[in-house]
Amino acid sequence: MNAKRIDKIATGVLYAVAAFVVIILIALLGYILIQGVPHISWHFLTSPALAFEAGGGIGIQLFNSFYLLFLALLISLPISLGAGIYLNEYAPQNTLTGLIRTTIEILSSLPSVVVGLFGYLFFVVQFKLGFSILSGAFALTVFNLPILTRSIEDALANISDNQREAGYALGLSRWETVTKIVVPAALPSIITGVVLSAGRIFGEAAALIYTAGQSAPALDFGNWNPFDISSPLSPLRPAETLAVHIWKINSEGIMPDAKAVSAGASAVLIIAVLLFNFLARWLGKRLYKHLTAE
Amino acid sequence: MADNSMMTDQRNIMKFDPKDHEIALSTEDLHVYYGKSEALSEGDLQFERYKITALIGPSGSGKSTYLRSLNRMNDRIANVTGKIMYRGLDINSNDIDVYEMRRHIGMVFQRPNPFAKSIYENIAFALRQRGVNNKQELDEIVEQSLRQAAMWDQVKDDLNKSALALSGGQQQRLCIARAIAIKPDILLLDEPASALDPVSTSQIEDTLLELKQNYTIIIVTHNMQQASRISDYTAFFNLGKVLEYSETGDIFTNPQVDLTNDYISGNFG
Repeated sequence: MNAKRIDKIATGVLYAVAAFVVIILIALLGYILIQGVPHISWHFLTSPALAFEAGGGIGIQLFNSFYLLFLALLISLPISLGAGIYLNEYAPQNTLTGLIRTTIEILSSLPSVVVGLFGYLFFVVQFKLGFSILSGAFALTVFNLPILTRSIEDALANISDNQREAGYALGLSRWETVTKIVVPAALPSIITGVVLSAGRIFGEAAALIYTAGQSAPALDFGNWNPFDISSPLSPLRPAETLAVHIWKINSEGIMPDAKAVSAGASAVLIIAVLLFNFLARWLGKRLYKHLTAE
Repeated sequence: MADNSMMTDQRNIMKFDPKDHEIALSTEDLHVYYGKSEALSEGDLQFERYKITALIGPSGSGKSTYLRSLNRMNDRIANVTGKIMYRGLDINSNDIDVYEMRRHIGMVFQRPNPFAKSIYENIAFALRQRGVNNKQELDEIVEQSLRQAAMWDQVKDDLNKSALALSGGQQQRLCIARAIAIKPDILLLDEPASALDPVSTSQIEDTLLELKQNYTIIIVTHNMQQASRISDYTAFFNLGKVLEYSETGDIFTNPQVDLTNDYISGNFG
């Protein structure tokens, strides 16, 4: 066989493999969307779940998912940013830094159910936070920190050293150079990383089952006092999220329309995660354009 | 040899004006080590005020290493021993506030490195960090710096556009404008035109000749013609040593060292 022929065959095989992956993805997404989208309505998105009758919604679960996501990012973003900046800009290249990097890599490959059990023992039991939003947010932070730190570190590492030199040559300190030049220049990819991690958090179930809990008590959406247990903002109330709800219905749901609710909720979850992904690309591109040209 | 006699004249005139011999910067017993290998062993030069001094030599001769040591850009990657004297101070000492020192000794790099900010912000940013917040004052400095870098007329209507949208030559001139906006004494340039086309190069050379009136300029260049066109003094580096240092006219017409002659006539390097 000559080189040209081999090249043709290899190209064909690669096309086939790529097409196979795309087809699986489209089939999966298509199946979930076709099954679920007909069930999505304003009523379904806003009303509370019903345990024994048909016609329940996912309103509280949806709110819980976003609230937990918000809290988890609120806690993990500053820590990840600090850790990422330290690792890329300040840390000397020695064994200790290597150890920190290895630890982060191990943490990022931890199965989320292990994170959930750790969260249960540590936050729920040891710190007596109970099944609560706060326990869930901390568990999600543990889950999210290593990945976000890594993506922020990579974003900073992609900024050329000549930008740092430009800052130093103007008499700026390392801190000024990092915060005012390097981080802003890396902002598009940092934001992309944050939004992508938001998608992962949003779809996470295993880390939350034993931390944020599996029940979604009724909420009083007129009460915004975070210290009141019936307020949607209360961080100490148990909060079943959308992903946990889907797991729950499929394992022990006894409502007559369990299948439909599960399909609808799955479709909403997938759509939300897809939106996060598109948002990440769009925001990153837009910010990059904004920074590099008029 | 009409040129040569003119050089001699100039030298004589300089001798009669003590001001012209003011030393802006000098190094004493400077050594630079990367790890264990010594990148610079003999490089003690004195730089005259308001003159352009060119550092020439083959790749790896230590000229860029030397230049980057002058405002301590090598601090984190190399070990620099010896003295760098500036206004009676040894700025290579640990007690020196390097950030403050670099505001007196600015630098322009080989590759244009504007910030991912607007043209205006590229210049105003460092000033604001040092407490210049008056809008009018900032506007004035931005305009003045861009004029000095000979690019005001081209960009005055686009000050809010991203600097990354400029051409390479314009980016490099913006970097020069940015460096002089903080009003340093001395400007170090590390092959500032090597990544540019001939037209941009000659524009940058014109700019440097203008700037010479107010700044002491030290420039590393690979380009012999450039060194002879714009510099007053030339130092020839080879293998981490300064082999010859004198007036540019002398170096190019009557080099004392054979190696210098070989290099400027293009026999190696």
